[in-house]
Amino acid sequence: MPKDGIGASTKRREDIRFLTGNGNYTDDINMHGQTYAHFLRSDIAHGKINNIDTSAASEMPGVLRIFTAADFEEKGGIPCGWQVTDRFGEVMQEPKHPILAEGKVRHVGDPIAVVVAESLEQARDAAEAIELDIEELEPVLNMKEAIKDGATKVHDDLTSNLCYDWGFVEENREAVDEAIKNAHHVTTLELVNNRLVANPMEPRVAVGDYNRSNDEFTLYTTSQNPHVIRLLMGAFVLNIPEHKLRVVAPDVGGGFGTKIFHYAEEAFVTWASKVLNRPVKWTSTRSEAFISDAHGRDHVTKIELALDENHMFTAVRTDTYANMGAYLSTFAPSIPTWLHGTLMAGNYTTPLVYVNVKAVFTNTTPVDAYRGAGRPEATFQLERVVDKAARELGVDPAELRRKNFIKPEQFPYDTPVAVTYDTGNYHATLDKALEMTDYAGFEARAAESKARGKLRGYGLAHFIEACGIAPSNLVGQLGARAGLYESATVRVNATGSISVMTGSHSHGQGHETTFAQVVAEMIGIPADQIDIVHGDTSKVPMGMGTYGSRSIAVGGSAMVRATEKIINKAKKIAAHLLEASEGDIELKDGQFTVAGTDKSLAWGEVTLAAYVPHNYPLESLEPGLEETAFYDPSNFTYPSGAYICEVEVDPDTGKVDILSFTTADDFGNIINPMVVEGQVHGGVAQGIGQAMLENVTYDENGQLLTGSFMDYAMPRASDLPMYSTDHSCQTPCTHNPLGVKGCGEAGAIGSPPAVVNAVIDALQRGGYNVDHIDMPVSPSRVWSAMQKG
Amino acid sequence: MYNFEFVKPGSVAEAVAALKDEEAQPLSGGQTLIPTMKQRLNMPGTLVSLTGIPELVGVSADGGTLTIGGATTHAQVAAEATAYPALAALAGNIGDPAVRNRGTIGGSLANNDPAACYPSAALASGATIVTNVREIAADDYFQGMFTTALDEGEIITGVKFPTPEKANYQKFEQPASRFALTGVFVAKYADGVRVAVTGASEEGVFRWTEAEAALSSNFSADAVDGLTASADGLIGDLHGTPEYRANLIKVLTKRAVAAAA
Ligand SMILES: Cc1cc2nc3c(=O)[nH]c(=O)nc-3n(C[C@H](O)[C@H](O)[C@H](O)COP(=O)(O)OP(=O)(O)OC[C@H]3O[C@@H](n4cnc5c(N)ncnc54)[C@H](O)[C@@H]3O)c2cc1C
Repeated sequence: MPKDGIGASTKRREDIRFLTGNGNYTDDINMHGQTYAHFLRSDIAHGKINNIDTSAASEMPGVLRIFTAADFEEKGGIPCGWQVTDRFGEVMQEPKHPILAEGKVRHVGDPIAVVVAESLEQARDAAEAIELDIEELEPVLNMKEAIKDGATKVHDDLTSNLCYDWGFVEENREAVDEAIKNAHHVTTLELVNNRLVANPMEPRVAVGDYNRSNDEFTLYTTSQNPHVIRLLMGAFVLNIPEHKLRVVAPDVGGGFGTKIFHYAEEAFVTWASKVLNRPVKWTSTRSEAFISDAHGRDHVTKIELALDENHMFTAVRTDTYANMGAYLSTFAPSIPTWLHGTLMAGNYTTPLVYVNVKAVFTNTTPVDAYRGAGRPEATFQLERVVDKAARELGVDPAELRRKNFIKPEQFPYDTPVAVTYDTGNYHATLDKALEMTDYAGFEARAAESKARGKLRGYGLAHFIEACGIAPSNLVGQLGARAGLYESATVRVNATGSISVMTGSHSHGQGHETTFAQVVAEMIGIPADQIDIVHGDTSKVPMGMGTYGSRSIAVGGSAMVRATEKIINKAKKIAAHLLEASEGDIELKDGQFTVAGTDKSLAWGEVTLAAYVPHNYPLESLEPGLEETAFYDPSNFTYPSGAYICEVEVDPDTGKVDILSFTTADDFGNIINPMVVEGQVHGGVAQGIGQAMLENVTYDENGQLLTGSFMDYAMPRASDLPMYSTDHSCQTPCTHNPLGVKGCGEAGAIGSPPAVVNAVIDALQRGGYNVDHIDMPVSPSRVWSAMQKG
Repeated sequence: MYNFEFVKPGSVAEAVAALKDEEAQPLSGGQTLIPTMKQRLNMPGTLVSLTGIPELVGVSADGGTLTIGGATTHAQVAAEATAYPALAALAGNIGDPAVRNRGTIGGSLANNDPAACYPSAALASGATIVTNVREIAADDYFQGMFTTALDEGEIITGVKFPTPEKANYQKFEQPASRFALTGVFVAKYADGVRVAVTGASEEGVFRWTEAEAALSSNFSADAVDGLTASADGLIGDLHGTPEYRANLIKVLTKRAVAAAA
């Protein structure tokens, strides 16, 4: 086995270029003759556009042209990639999402006009000279008010602000009501899942370049999925056939979901580069990112958990309002529905679940997937309500969970919410985490804190997620307007080195290292002989990109399939060269051998023969060594784990200190433990950010109060403890070739309820009658809750 | 950012002359001014840099007074204000290393951000703000959020701090900006105790006189127990209600006294 094969904590090869300033990000791309686009954005939440006067601005120095909605009459709107059908069988309301605001502005940040100029400063100067006549309208902000009769509408051509009213599983609605009515005990919790901004370190950038000589467009963009952008923008917005449109997502500095979606700026620069016959560049400022990147979460939920006299869960009922913002971003409708409702069984044997979700348009920035997407919202509710139930019933929260867990022997397990968990062992991860945190020693630690005037709390959450997104036929039935397979081409060069072209996209995950480890393992050559190529539609076969913890589970599987094809063909070549039968050829450590003999050939000798086929079975085998595979998963993967947070609350100020954070994850098989640990660290940091710090806040006029880092609190190293992580509990996925489950989102999914549970535990132990605090559990919120409790 | 002229005078006199231009504005560390210019919220025609003026930079202790040049960075104060450890500690906890290596005491006091740290030290110490034309007592200098006694074109050349017997600054960070959500500076002098509060009031930095009286007769944390800071006129925003800030004032005052004593 090569030393950098599967299971090795190989250092990330891409870090060398990132850490030495040699990354090639979209903003590093500067074209000859490039022009600069500046978007004039609405500074009010809701208004009727009476007039846009660009005449004076157009005369300003350096201005090439100013664009408004009138220039896009022939173009499509930004499409939505998922159509949800409501509980009455009707499809969702889907408003047009224009490239530039048409008739109305609908959120602070809604683009109204674009100035393209020779320099960015000239474009900004001219934008200030555009005269706007916009009549302010009442902003729609509160979701519950927004769907009442007679409410002001965000979209005048829709019947209301309700996008859809979704029920799942609709057939269970009455049975769930009945079970709750007859329950021995019902625990109810009302909560808010706070709105977040992803804030990747690299803001969004797009460069459009039209080539008149071959009528080809190239878009360089900060995307997690360049093929998806090519498809959506080419087919639905600009009407450019795929063979005339290349989309490149070079090094991308973090995505976290917010770079999945197709954005107006991408379509604009692509199209304008032809109109102006000059490359057009747009680089978001951080302030723009706050109002134009799709936000995440923003659910208002009531959850009820019914239990019988033995404390077994009998039903779960939830009622959620999900904010869509002003327009439907690419995958927005799927997040509160299929990525959320299907997880409401959690790790438990709850037989009956009913989830109601009302998706609502408001005069706010669109909301879409953010690390975890739907699954953190599901996990937060469930793990909070289970904790609350344990407190109400006076039982140990870990025991209540253990009692209701699906047992290891019950897998594969059909949940009442449509999904079938293939494997899992929740008891193992729970036990591991309890052991790692010395659960038994907690009381002594709490007493020690108390002696110092602090309140100590212990918070547990056990999560399940559906990853490895997703079986195409299934998601098609659920409303996806795309397939969710993945592709890979494995190109073996004459001397044996390999280029793998993958449809997965790495924007921090480390694919260039981990994917190479898999191929190195399969063939038995050093990983440095293998290059991973991604992010360019002209190089890589049609692929769906990276999100939903799908890269190794789906993209990795495609790569394994393609590599298997390579090995099969190479064995045929080797059999010919070694004058043996194909069935006797073995490939190990980069050597082909014939079973039972000492005959052997090196990997490079066989690959050379494929390209210099002098002695080669040309009558039965094509020369060359390059294979492509597409892989469509047959099920989701289901990573799960136990997360435990220990906190200390300062009763004088309400400040919460996280003393320790422990994770015991089951990710199935693992390719690179160090990379997996890094993913968990990052995910937990973002989860702690949501739980303790981050919160998008609008005022009553729809103005964003948290429009910069001065008011939007990002987690910093000093806010985070040293983590204890474990991934030794492994129940390999049963339906993909690597037995992997994916690890990218787990940290962000499992951590928020663990933090809040710990804070509530601390307060209750301290004698405060507080059973919930909405995130972020900031000092002032904790202190205020303590004054009431 | 809009275009602007940039001058870097070598003396206060030259700087004062350059600032006669109506559109000119002093630039010190730029940690406040440059971000507002980038956002196009501010458009000076000329920036007059103060950091190249030797007489504006430096920390010196003489008798009972610590004098800091107006263009002295937070980092330099943190390292050199050994005669006044609480002040050095305050400076060493402003922002991050980049901010401390550029930002200056004169810039901070001229800006008078209601959440800034230095104003509380100046007020609690009864410091004197020295400008190119006069000396202003701290009690007269701070005139509400972002408002000071400085006239147009007037430059802070230095700040004179009487060194206290005991002092301590307690900063409770606003979670996002890490400025003071509320900060309390307590300084004990032979003739009494002064307590200045930043971050909390709609009117900017202020003295908590009840606590001063209580502490002047009994410099111990218990002395504050019976007092309540009023929430009237305190800031209420997404990071904390007026009541929360009122609570912090008391908690931090006690902690400052305990740490100083
Ligand atoms: C990320 C970050 C974190 C920060 N955290 C904190 C914090 O925790 N606590 C805190 O107190 N501050 C904090 N600050 C503010 C920092 O201390 C600034 O340095 C300070 O507020 C301004 O000083 P400056 O030298 O940068 O001034 P500049 O930005 O150069 O100038 C500020 C204003 O003062 C005027 N001015 C400058 N010097 C003089 C002078 N000598 N005479 C008259 N007018 C003058 C300028 O014209 C301008 O109007 C932070 C800043 C940043 C960017």
